[in-house]
Amino acid sequence: MMVSQTKAKKSVWKRSLDARTALLYLLPSILLFSVFVFYPMFRTIYLSFFLTDQNGNAALFVGLENYTYLLESVAFRNSIKATFLFVLYTVPTGIIIALILALLANEKLKGIGFFRTIYSSTMGISVAASSVIWLFLFHPSIGMFNKLLNIFNLPQVEWLLDPTWALLSVSLSTIWLNTGFSFLILLGGLQNIDEHLYESARIDGASYWYRLRRITIPMLSPTLFFIVTISLINAFQTFGQIDILTKGGPSQSTNLIVYSIYKEAFVNYQFGTASAQAVFLFICILIVTILQFKLGERKVHYQ
Amino acid sequence: MRMLKRSIIYILLIVTSLLMFFPIIYAFMISFMTGGEILQGKFLPSNLSLDNYVKVFDRLPLFNYLINSFVVSIGVMIGQLIVCSLAAYAFVFIPFKGRDFVFFLFISTMMIPWEATMIPNFFTIQKLDWINTYQGMTLPFFALAFGTFLLRQHFKTIPKELHEAAQVAGLNRFTFFFRIVLPVSKTSLVTLGAYGFLTTWNMYLWPLLVTTNKSVRTVQIGLKQLQSQEVSTEWGVVMAGVIVVIIPTLLLLFLGQKQLQKGLTQGALK
Repeated sequence: MMVSQTKAKKSVWKRSLDARTALLYLLPSILLFSVFVFYPMFRTIYLSFFLTDQNGNAALFVGLENYTYLLESVAFRNSIKATFLFVLYTVPTGIIIALILALLANEKLKGIGFFRTIYSSTMGISVAASSVIWLFLFHPSIGMFNKLLNIFNLPQVEWLLDPTWALLSVSLSTIWLNTGFSFLILLGGLQNIDEHLYESARIDGASYWYRLRRITIPMLSPTLFFIVTISLINAFQTFGQIDILTKGGPSQSTNLIVYSIYKEAFVNYQFGTASAQAVFLFICILIVTILQFKLGERKVHYQ
Repeated sequence: MRMLKRSIIYILLIVTSLLMFFPIIYAFMISFMTGGEILQGKFLPSNLSLDNYVKVFDRLPLFNYLINSFVVSIGVMIGQLIVCSLAAYAFVFIPFKGRDFVFFLFISTMMIPWEATMIPNFFTIQKLDWINTYQGMTLPFFALAFGTFLLRQHFKTIPKELHEAAQVAGLNRFTFFFRIVLPVSKTSLVTLGAYGFLTTWNMYLWPLLVTTNKSVRTVQIGLKQLQSQEVSTEWGVVMAGVIVVIIPTLLLLFLGQKQLQKGLTQGALK
């Protein structure tokens, strides 16, 4: 009796050897994800139903009040509008520019490696460094943009101080900063396209544009789809540019959602409403990711 | 005709490169200029004086910040390489029940934006008394789903026969992992390492939250300080700071651009 029991136990113990070993290898990741991703995500959702004290502890349960407060708040609606406009300004333009550069850099010419390096260079530049450079370019009196306008006798623009221009200016600097990464990914996608496809098209005498439309773009679609998703997510997460260039101003025209969360939490100490905003950000990104999975399967041409 | 097409492409390449690289060149030029030259709106400095570079190290504990940035970036890089390669190994070489579930957990972390969790994370670090410490700056970033998938992709190309032969030869799992899997996957490890270093060096929001003094503060926050100290006066000094901060990552990128491009496309698309 005893013997057979220990035997059965032993075999369970032995059978689970693989699972236990696997767990050992996965443990660091699982532990870190639990502490720094899953727990804080649930905690954020939890806090969004509470008023909090200065130390971020839940103090008073208010149900959905933080959410209704946000939806009625002009400042938050403004922040959502600014975020969507920012996405609209930066994502399509950024990808088109990166695509043009990638097509140029995919030509087999002497010295092309040099141009590839230049195009990808902004990937090595931090958001802080890039923002400081653009802060100077946008400077009202000594900045390059106003100097150029001056040369052509055009009226001066207060790039970062005028509510109609500020978001566009920040978008411009962001497009520049993100081009390097998008370029690198798209170039990789172009280089993965099978050469033979072009050879047969060339024999048929197809023009450059025909080849671009019928071979390059369809074959590149998984990569394009990937970079669209990443760019969307990145745009929703923008923070550094805002902190250095505009601080959310003028008149909140550049108060993008992450900056708004940061201010609500770490300047105003309203962790409850800040968490509700964070949940909103999470939902936005979740929708983008789910769309990628759903649409990606159907619409995109895979090799 | 062929010549014409080629010349057009070269012209396009040169013009777009100049446009793309202009802000960096301009910042480089400004970093050598005196206040007067900047006001006049010159493009070329009259001489290559290093005054601004000396001043920026005077004005900020920039040397200190540079060391902090190196420590934090290398720390995250090594941490990610260890944690991700262990996880990737389990996914590829150990068949176990619940693997799909764990895999799904890893994927789900990619849908949670880091900014949505920063408030509780900040309090976690505060409660651990890790504000202004290297572990507070690095540890939250060690586990990375993207890095795990990148390595998993490469590990999958290692022939199963090699694994079986190792088992027959009596190599234990860890020896096989350490002596065979890791050396064979050197290129992917280098890619992930470069990626980890680059992204950590350029991190902005987290160091802003968890550093309050110069002890572990990184160069990125140094730039913010520099820019808010010097409102409009000494742009030359500010740009000298910018150049010092971007040189390490630009060098890394120039050296590893090809590798990075290959690795990122593979990790992203397969």
